[in-house]
Amino acid sequence: MTKRSARQALINAPYMLWAGIFIVVPLFIVMYYAFTDSTGAFSFANILALADYAEVFRVSIIFSVIATIITLLIGYPFAYCLTKLPVRAQRMQMMLVMLPMWMNLLIRTYSWMNILEKNGLINTVLSGLGLPTANMIGTPGAVILGMVYNYLPYMILPIYTTMAKIDPSLSEAAEDLGCNAWQKMRRLIVPMSIPGVVSGITMVFVPSISTFYISQKLGGGKILLIGDIIERQIQVSYNYNLGASLSFVLMVLILISMAIMNRFSNGEGEMVV
Amino acid sequence: MDHKVVVELRDITVEFDGERILDNMSLAIRDKEFVTLLGASGCGKTTTLRLIAGFLKPNSGRVFFNGKDVTDVPPYQRPVNTIFQRYALFPHCNVYDNIAFGLRVSKVPEPEIKERVTEMLKLVNLSGFEKRSVSKLSGGQQQRVAIARAVINKPKVLLLDEPLAALDAKLRKDMQNELKNIQRQLGITFVFVTHDQEEALSMSDTVVVMNQGKIQQIGTPIDIYNEPENAFVADFIGESNIIDGVMRKDKLVNFDNHDFVCLDSGFGINEPVDVVIRPEDVDIVPLDQGMISGTITSVTFKGVHFEIIISVNDFKWMIQTTDYHAEGETVGLYIEPDAIHIMRKSEYSNMFGDYSTFSEEMETMSDVDAIEEEE
Repeated sequence: MTKRSARQALINAPYMLWAGIFIVVPLFIVMYYAFTDSTGAFSFANILALADYAEVFRVSIIFSVIATIITLLIGYPFAYCLTKLPVRAQRMQMMLVMLPMWMNLLIRTYSWMNILEKNGLINTVLSGLGLPTANMIGTPGAVILGMVYNYLPYMILPIYTTMAKIDPSLSEAAEDLGCNAWQKMRRLIVPMSIPGVVSGITMVFVPSISTFYISQKLGGGKILLIGDIIERQIQVSYNYNLGASLSFVLMVLILISMAIMNRFSNGEGEMVV
Repeated sequence: MDHKVVVELRDITVEFDGERILDNMSLAIRDKEFVTLLGASGCGKTTTLRLIAGFLKPNSGRVFFNGKDVTDVPPYQRPVNTIFQRYALFPHCNVYDNIAFGLRVSKVPEPEIKERVTEMLKLVNLSGFEKRSVSKLSGGQQQRVAIARAVINKPKVLLLDEPLAALDAKLRKDMQNELKNIQRQLGITFVFVTHDQEEALSMSDTVVVMNQGKIQQIGTPIDIYNEPENAFVADFIGESNIIDGVMRKDKLVNFDNHDFVCLDSGFGINEPVDVVIRPEDVDIVPLDQGMISGTITSVTFKGVHFEIIISVNDFKWMIQTTDYHAEGETVGLYIEPDAIHIMRKSEYSNMFGDYSTFSEEMETMSDVDAIEEEE
């Protein structure tokens, strides 16, 4: 080992220690519980029991995919328009995007409950105008809205960052070589912002698929996602083994989808997650 | 050159934040011509280029292509291509895709693109580099890709924005020759922007000297060097001694209390003028053979020649000669009639002093009054 790499190892040591204690060890604990029964004996029972939850997995995936697509559809044009503003306005807008994130996720979600519920803000206004009211809590729409609202900044931020980094002279070069606004978008802006899009998708998809609070509050108990089941197994049923096996499968799902996403970015550009 | 005009700028004024970048400028560029816009930074040369490319609209005035008004035509519809100062290659494309970019946008069939890209790579000596990532190329190679990417679209006019500024001196010389060859081979108009007067003189058919948003002189490199129109051009292009003089009559000028025979005429009797004499055109002779005399105040060895500063009546002349003379010597100066160039007085007269200092900054630094005034 050279002197240089020895020093680097020393600098990295605290992080490695931290990662070992708080990431690697817990992962092994999850694996241990996932493949044992309540007596501690090795067992595939938990993994086999997952078949009962196939439907929950399906719903979770569909919800989080829809939420991710919607955030992308809102976030991408938003980030693009942002880069067209004067620098000062860009900073201001970015502040406004980040502002809700200074508040706790729970409080934000609770506020949406107040807005959407039976006697909530929207329905009060509707009935005040003599219009029929709608029951929104407990609908898939409400849960997806909660996901989109909470995770939209995570989509906008990485896309905006990659777009802002595109050298203005590249944009001029594209125009110079015959691109109108649409062609410039297709041949320059989109390909160059792919790393940001990949980060954004990962950062929205991962928390969406594993959320339980949003579905609990805005799903009104009618919509169960994987996160809800895991929470229930651990907090209510004290079935750590089943909870761990659910977490384990969810983790594998996330890793597979991240691997797929990374293929799109060709390994260039930095992954935020 | 009797080719027809391809690009014409008419009465162009451009302002940014109330600052005038181009001041009522007009310029005509002919077909197949190698035109260089030469000037210091901030003189408006890059702005002129951006006007032709279409990245910028003038506050007033019009831009014409082949007689057609294109002032409001966006860049992607203009028959010009640009080589950017820092190349602006697309980092998400390899060499081949960068060069093919323009052809793909205009939907040229792939087999033809392949043929033309291959041909271009050969032209710029990059055959075999198709699959390389542009970020892994050297500065000179990136430059060649930028040239190929622009030239492959067969533009009527190629705009080059200080394309060689980032290259080292030797590579720059090679690229100068290469660019000149490409221009001859393809027979397209080049509009080249640079602040390097040597580059401008050695490459161009026509040099446009600019300062403060105005054209100071348009001419062939030889005209610009030998017949500068005013003190600014004389000072900017090469080294020059600019002396106050008075025309006695046609072909006779007086300066430093001596009447010199010269070749210029058409000035008024006793009209005050600026006299330009290039440092290499003055001969140092023994005192009794000189037309005027002075004392050598400094001698610097420059390799090819010595640079000798001679004080004549407190005016510091610069003289370049291959003969050595010692500091402190008192010598005579001899000037041939064809070495003397007479210019009318202009706003730039007396702005360029003698060679007591070489830069304006040094001049203000040594001028105590000026420093006190600033404070």
